[in-house]
Amino acid sequence: MSYWFRNDNRLPQTRLAIVSYIIVGMIGVLLLGFWKLQVIDSDKYGQMAEQNRVRSIPIIAPRGRMLDRDGRVLVDNRPSFSVLLLRDDPKLVEQYLPAISDGLGISVEDLRDQLQSARNLPKFQPIVIKPEASSADLDFIESHRSDIPVLEMLSVSRRRYLPNGFLAHATGYVGEASEAQIENSNGKLRPGDVVGKFGLERQYNDILMGTDGMRRVIVNSIGKEMKDMRLDQQDPIPGKQIQLSIDMDLQQVAEQSLGDRPGAVVALDPRTGEILAMVSRPTPDPNDFAVRISAREWKQLNEDPLKPLLNRAIQAQLAPGSVFKIVTATAMLEDHNIPESFTTYCPGYATFFGRQYHCYVYYAKSGAHAHGPTSLHDAILKSCDIFFYTVGMKMGIDRLSYYGDKLGLGHKTGIDLPSEETGLMPSQEWVERVFHRKWYAGEAISVAIGQGAVTTTPVQLARLIGGIASGGVFKQPHMLKDVKDVPEERFSLSEHTIDRITEAMYGVVNEPGGTGGRLKLAGIELSGKSGTAQVIGYNKMNLVKKGTKFADNAWFVGYAPKRNPEICVAVLVQESGQHGGEAAGPVVRDIVKAYYDKKNGVKSAPGTVTADGRTTSPMSNTAVVAPTVAIKEERAPAVQTTPANADGNDQ
Amino acid sequence: MKDAAQGRRDYDWWLIAILMAICALGVLEIYSATHASGGLEGMHYKQIKWLVFGFIIMFALSRLDYHLILDQAPILYVICLIALVAVLVLGASRFGARRWLHIAGQDFQVSELAKLIIIIVLARFFAEVRSDELDLRDLLKAGMLVGVPLVLILKQPDLGTALVLVPMLAVGAFLAGLKWIHAGIFTLAGVLLVGAVFYPPVSKHLLKPYQRERITSFLHPEEDAKGSGYQLLQSKIAVGSGGFWGKGFGNGSQNQLGYIPVRYSDFIMAAWAEEQGFKGVLLALGLYMALLLRLVQNAQRAKDRAGMFLVMGVAAALGFHVLVNVAMVIGAMPVTGIPLPLMSYGGSATLFVFMAIGLVMNVRLRRFVN
Repeated sequence: MSYWFRNDNRLPQTRLAIVSYIIVGMIGVLLLGFWKLQVIDSDKYGQMAEQNRVRSIPIIAPRGRMLDRDGRVLVDNRPSFSVLLLRDDPKLVEQYLPAISDGLGISVEDLRDQLQSARNLPKFQPIVIKPEASSADLDFIESHRSDIPVLEMLSVSRRRYLPNGFLAHATGYVGEASEAQIENSNGKLRPGDVVGKFGLERQYNDILMGTDGMRRVIVNSIGKEMKDMRLDQQDPIPGKQIQLSIDMDLQQVAEQSLGDRPGAVVALDPRTGEILAMVSRPTPDPNDFAVRISAREWKQLNEDPLKPLLNRAIQAQLAPGSVFKIVTATAMLEDHNIPESFTTYCPGYATFFGRQYHCYVYYAKSGAHAHGPTSLHDAILKSCDIFFYTVGMKMGIDRLSYYGDKLGLGHKTGIDLPSEETGLMPSQEWVERVFHRKWYAGEAISVAIGQGAVTTTPVQLARLIGGIASGGVFKQPHMLKDVKDVPEERFSLSEHTIDRITEAMYGVVNEPGGTGGRLKLAGIELSGKSGTAQVIGYNKMNLVKKGTKFADNAWFVGYAPKRNPEICVAVLVQESGQHGGEAAGPVVRDIVKAYYDKKNGVKSAPGTVTADGRTTSPMSNTAVVAPTVAIKEERAPAVQTTPANADGNDQ
Repeated sequence: MKDAAQGRRDYDWWLIAILMAICALGVLEIYSATHASGGLEGMHYKQIKWLVFGFIIMFALSRLDYHLILDQAPILYVICLIALVAVLVLGASRFGARRWLHIAGQDFQVSELAKLIIIIVLARFFAEVRSDELDLRDLLKAGMLVGVPLVLILKQPDLGTALVLVPMLAVGAFLAGLKWIHAGIFTLAGVLLVGAVFYPPVSKHLLKPYQRERITSFLHPEEDAKGSGYQLLQSKIAVGSGGFWGKGFGNGSQNQLGYIPVRYSDFIMAAWAEEQGFKGVLLALGLYMALLLRLVQNAQRAKDRAGMFLVMGVAAALGFHVLVNVAMVIGAMPVTGIPLPLMSYGGSATLFVFMAIGLVMNVRLRRFVN
């Protein structure tokens, strides 16, 4: 051993002491650090730890069902699963994209697009990458729980509508809440929430929509749910169901009787305003808006010239044609300026203000081409244009407009459906305001027979005719059963007027020569008024391409019994090329017959009394596709039919 | 010379008690952190085996006169350099670093051995300085002695272990009579260097990309979703959420659910702090302080300067480990990969600590021998 260390025991005691102070100081500083984290900021970090370990998974509250007036299910829900992608860890997501793409059959680009569009949402919020998971998808997720930790299944309940678009326009459909809806909901809606987009789904969304619950689960650092650690659960509050005034049997008859012809049916009970049936054609199948409708499909539906998204029952604003003659007749009888005994002679045409106007009878394919001497009763019965041209000319637009307005034209009926249109009751004031010109006296002549600028919706006509037959009591049409205090409008009409008008409308169906003669039903006082409206004026027709065919719109508004009716049905068949009594009348007859059959306990097999003989039952088809989840908010545009502001004048 | 270090009463039983208490905390927390997670169960048994092995080595080493060891310092130094070069050439590469030599069926982290040898070499060097004041030439020599292995360790790369050599040199020089003016200058230089490391335009010439990334994520943890910034954040959440009383043994969600990175090793203090709270931290850090002060006390009572330097080299290494590791756990320092002595799971690191303490006991046992 060497002795290099010998005799060397001078130790630097001072400096050793300094080192021990440094040690104490160092531990003290570290403890201060812990004090700051564990005592001062403890709450903050406690919350962060909680956010780390707890993941909230929503439990979707089922929407309320819709029942018909007898309690039969019109719209309900079915269970389904959505596939969620957990995005907390972008690197992890990126890593598993190819595997997810393979397993679920979604292209990687599509997944990236979805991630891209959700980039502004908080990371902890998962996104739905496949709204409708097949059982194979569920198996895939279940079997890859450990090796693909970013997938999760979300149990959802989806809307199930009756197939083939049964009642589709009235029920409407649901979709993901739009950004505007979320903003306007005062925090009630969150992105991804399913809300009503159209029809009753939208109107009564607050009732139908429940409150989603929340399942809180503990997850580990790689996002795996710890099944053995349970947290409290907030149960969902299901939406409330609504009972509609719709009668499924009548609805079925109405659907089948109108068939595939474009048009609309509104059947209501004038005593209460309850809507018994509502059809619009063509119709989309809301189940077909699959789970997530593609932008292309949506565009197609919107740009379809037949406008299947339009609820024609409340949104089609079309010339009412001769149905309007009831307004003119009422005005004449109430005004007393023209004596009730007033008659005209109809040679098939007449000249007013230097222009020749034709009665439709002039163009009749067979029989006489003139009505001859015509009283008010006959004029309604046979729908003589010349009579009403004359009355219109004598009365002037102000009086017509006054009565049209009082009877509800140009106003929404107030039916509990979104996007109802007003139609138009033209007036001097309107012409000056919109066109900045004077009213031409000749225009009143067209309006008097329901042409020209006047437009109405089917529901307006049902309310109007039903209201007149009820003695001037107009109940607000509505879709829910047993509503108390239904708003009503009363327009005082003399008993005499009502009597004359209803007698005439009874005659339309039940007297020889009436335009609805073929509609007669034994034992039922079916009454009504037909209308055959030109889609476009003959003078306008020269402006469009030659050979373009514009068939007439057929109307029939019928009711029974002839006074204080229980049911009033307005039917529109668009561009049928037939007269109102021929095309639309049978639909009214079918529905009224079905109403009385049911009332009188007569068993009539559904589908046997249809106009076109279709016998399919809406309930027989069970191949229901998932209803809509994500449809971008877009209002279906209203049909803007060219106002036929000149009428049957062929110059 | 006959071994004169005798009698059981001459062992520092307080030191051994403190040591065992810290080891017990470590084993408890390793158990808590790993018992419930698949693939890691039984880790605490392995750690106990290492501890037992460590105690045996520690007592063995305490029997060997440290003067004999110091005599061999030059040879040990050469062996150390050869091993460090060997590890760079032959070493097993893991996580992008060559740190392990495969010997007799075990992987050894050579730099742990290097730390021990540098402690011995420095003790010998400073003991040979005869004056009360350390002049600049001797300081530079000491710097050279440390610098060569330090660069080799940096090459592995293992910044954490390389950094441990610096406080050994600093404490040694300080006790060897470093002039205050020099101390001031070197402190200033050190501060400037640290500043440079944290200043990106300069640090890109000094550090490797992964090291700069750690610095960046330390300064801006929120920008780094799953990198070391995330680790630091999760560690802080664990510590902070523990509160004063802690969540209880086995109840730390950050720990049990795996949010704390390597919770049984480098971040074991975060797991401990989460489950045992500030009171537990007080206990753990109290034990470490007691350990370090006990080492200083041993140094104060050493028979000669060589013994004192040996003990203080060990104290410097352990103190630095504790400081850097614990500061990292509370987010006050970047992630450096330095384990917490005796608590963190790991064979090589545990063996180093026991061998180092063995040297300390050696010094104590011979304090009355002349």
